[in-house]
Amino acid sequence: MDFFHRFAVPHPNPAIYASMVAIGLTVIAIVAGLTYFKKWGYLWREWLTTVDHKRIGIMYLISALLMLFRGGADALMMRAQLAVPENTLLDAQHYNEIFTTHGVVMILFMAMPFIMALMNFVVPLQIGARDVAFPRLNALSFWLFFMGAMLFNISFVVGGSPDAGWTSYFPLAGNEFSQSVGTNYYMISIQIAGIGTLMTGINFMTTILKMRAPGMTLMKMPMFTWSALIANVIIVFAFPVLTVALAMGTMDRLFGTHFFTTNNGGMDMLWANLFWVWGHPEVYILILPAFGIYSEVISTFARRNLYGYKSMVASMVIISLLSFLVWAHHFFTMGQGAVANSIFSITTMAIAVPTGVKIFNWLFTLWKGKIEITTPMLYALLFIPLFTIGGVTGVMLGMSAADYQYHNTMFLVAHFHMVIIPGVVFAMLAGLTYYWPKMFGFMLNEKIGKLAAWIIAVSTLLAFMPMFFSGLDGQARRMYTYSEATGFGPWNMVALVGALGLAAGFVLIVYNIYYSTRYASRDISSDPWDARTLEWATHTPVPAYNFAVVPQVNSIEALWDAKKKGHVLFKGKYEKIHMPNSSGVPFIMGVIFFIWGFAFVFAIWPLVILSTIGIFACMAHRSFEKDHGHYISVEQIEEIEGTETKLRGAN
Amino acid sequence: MRSKKGILVSLLVGIPALLVSGCGNRLTVLDPKGPQAQTQADDIMLSIWIMSFIVIAVFALLVFMLLKYRASKQSKDYEPPHIEGNPIVEAICVGIPVLIVIFLSIVSVQSNNKVEATPQGYEGKAPLVIYASSSNWKWHFSYPEQGIETVNYLYIPTDRPLEFKLYSYGPITSFWIPQLGGQKYAMSDMVNTLHLAADVPGEYMGRNANFSGKGFAENTFDVEAMPQSKFDDWVKEVKATAQPLTKEKFDQLLEPGHLGKATFTGTHLDFSPPPTAENGGHNHGSSNSNEHSEHHNQ
Repeated sequence: MDFFHRFAVPHPNPAIYASMVAIGLTVIAIVAGLTYFKKWGYLWREWLTTVDHKRIGIMYLISALLMLFRGGADALMMRAQLAVPENTLLDAQHYNEIFTTHGVVMILFMAMPFIMALMNFVVPLQIGARDVAFPRLNALSFWLFFMGAMLFNISFVVGGSPDAGWTSYFPLAGNEFSQSVGTNYYMISIQIAGIGTLMTGINFMTTILKMRAPGMTLMKMPMFTWSALIANVIIVFAFPVLTVALAMGTMDRLFGTHFFTTNNGGMDMLWANLFWVWGHPEVYILILPAFGIYSEVISTFARRNLYGYKSMVASMVIISLLSFLVWAHHFFTMGQGAVANSIFSITTMAIAVPTGVKIFNWLFTLWKGKIEITTPMLYALLFIPLFTIGGVTGVMLGMSAADYQYHNTMFLVAHFHMVIIPGVVFAMLAGLTYYWPKMFGFMLNEKIGKLAAWIIAVSTLLAFMPMFFSGLDGQARRMYTYSEATGFGPWNMVALVGALGLAAGFVLIVYNIYYSTRYASRDISSDPWDARTLEWATHTPVPAYNFAVVPQVNSIEALWDAKKKGHVLFKGKYEKIHMPNSSGVPFIMGVIFFIWGFAFVFAIWPLVILSTIGIFACMAHRSFEKDHGHYISVEQIEEIEGTETKLRGAN
Repeated sequence: MRSKKGILVSLLVGIPALLVSGCGNRLTVLDPKGPQAQTQADDIMLSIWIMSFIVIAVFALLVFMLLKYRASKQSKDYEPPHIEGNPIVEAICVGIPVLIVIFLSIVSVQSNNKVEATPQGYEGKAPLVIYASSSNWKWHFSYPEQGIETVNYLYIPTDRPLEFKLYSYGPITSFWIPQLGGQKYAMSDMVNTLHLAADVPGEYMGRNANFSGKGFAENTFDVEAMPQSKFDDWVKEVKATAQPLTKEKFDQLLEPGHLGKATFTGTHLDFSPPPTAENGGHNHGSSNSNEHSEHHNQ
């Protein structure tokens, strides 16, 4: 009984029991469905063991959309609880767990995989490569992310969710004040996913630096590839800090060390420093690829080259450097004194300059263009005003004396939602719609897509603008309830309406996927948007090897010049293509990591040792394995290229 | 489509106007009752005005581009030109933001020094030192000069600078009285100093602004600012009527939970001193620019 007691949720309620049932039923349904339709072999061969960057990208995409709804459900519950004063829908403990998991899920398990999805799918195509530099490592990265996310999610029904905020400040997150295993889940699941991300960073840096098509110099790379390169450089510098911080936090919780506790020489603010040394650059890891997507979308639909390419690149480099120099603005109120606050205040506000350059460059890309408002373009156009509001409130927060009044209030919550939603989420939805035909061979419905974009944009304003006011009116973040006398009620009611609108918008996107899957025409060209860069020069759907002949690049907009100026992209004959073999090891290693993490959370040491041995066995297996990949013969290439051309009517 | 954009524009331009006019009641932070909060409110309003200018500029440009360069407004055979960039345009796009950031930086540095020092207009007066410590989920206020202690409420005189010494008996908390000035962290391993002052008598809301667990939402305290004479009367009354604070009683108060208000004679500083007195703490050299506090970074 004692054994089972450890896995019980400390504060059970109907929502948790309902989730248990739902999870159980979903698992049964999936297993039964796969068995009935005899899809186990297909799933294993085509997806679980794949090392193809396009399929890995699609798996990231599916995970991100699932997590969007998990994090969204948390958000709705939070807004519902706060909508009226003295609400008793949720108790304090439940509310604390929900805002903690909302933050972690949205940042690390929704936004991160979303950018990974687009990066995985687009970058190799955009640079004219056949795969990433380390395809098998790429698969392992995905499975580590996925298993980290799953481990984090089961905390809701097994053992209890983390409840110390997504920042998990010590000593609150220490054993003394957070006694459930929730924070263990936080430390270990983020660790597992984070290792995956770090490997992705190394992989994509290598891919972009070493595998570009002939002729594509650094200053001829499309903007999304540039943004991905910079984001991955930031990953490689920032994520090791998180790894170390989480390891120290885990040791504090499980092995009785005192890095962050306040006795025996520990320092609570050390955690805050380490967390934000990673956490602030993390913001730019998310936003830079989003900027890259907007650059592609805006220049495509303005039918013009991107204005100020060089200043775009320079601004991203400057942002990446500054992103490491501002972390202390997350705790201006720590008592670090006027001098330190002044320095971090200035570095923070300085980021507005390169960011402003980018906004103006997009505006001037529209100048003298021939603007066509498609769904991706609509997201990009709505992004500009909404993100500007988020951005300028960031400058306001950067003034440290004034920050004493904004800190920990809803003003801050409003600010970062107004940058992350229009900045990252809109970009990912734009990218999803934009690249959907390349991924799946049909277009999403434009009418439904545009309606969803409008609903999401208006709802974003409704949901987050009131928070600027309630923040200035003294509403602290993370309060599970407030009295009527505070007057926060009406602001929060409007925010609930906005949150419901956002939910409706996201549901509409899912409906659009369903609707378009059923009814959309499959007869589309490989370049349905009349785009400008190399990823649209392949067939749709993209063959495993991406390009039958490696393209020759002359300019930033290789495909556009091929279409307009008659440059020849593909010179030479078909030759046999070397491709990596699929492998089950990354998936198996991911599963073992999941077991390892679970055992670690509950301190089941024999299982920890066993699974550690398993992880090393997988690595040993790889080092002794003789796998030289396989070749696709010229005949096969001719057949694939011939059929595709016939089937799709592509160029 | 254009009408929707119109709604957006009016929404966004309307916001600063709404803030200033205040819609009847002014927002708490923008209704300052002391010099520190006044500095902060001025900074906030200044930055709102400058930032609205930027938002409007971006909006105007966007609307102009969309109205002028829509595909539907152009001839079918129009081919957009290839434009790499323009040094003059880019210089303006970098130059103006740089100037704005420089201006705001100067304001920010000046305000920083103001809020980290004795409030303006109160320089000559000796500050009233109050030790404000938090425990799960209460606030303990020790008045060493008066030799009294309160729980969950704070009486302060209006004509004196206040020097709060902040620390915590549990998780990190943040001491915040929005109408008197911005917040600062209270931590268990160092003492932070927050300089405040109240210009006007009145009742103000105070709270812990940093999430500290289950009881966080109710982790509030009442603040009452009053003239010195009334404050002195209150102290006298406390000394005459309140019970002394013993170590046993204080340990009992530290137990996690919520309490109403309480008043004691004596302070806990004697038997449960703040972290600085105990081990040197981690004083970041923050607190008082007048004080030249020692650096003991462990």
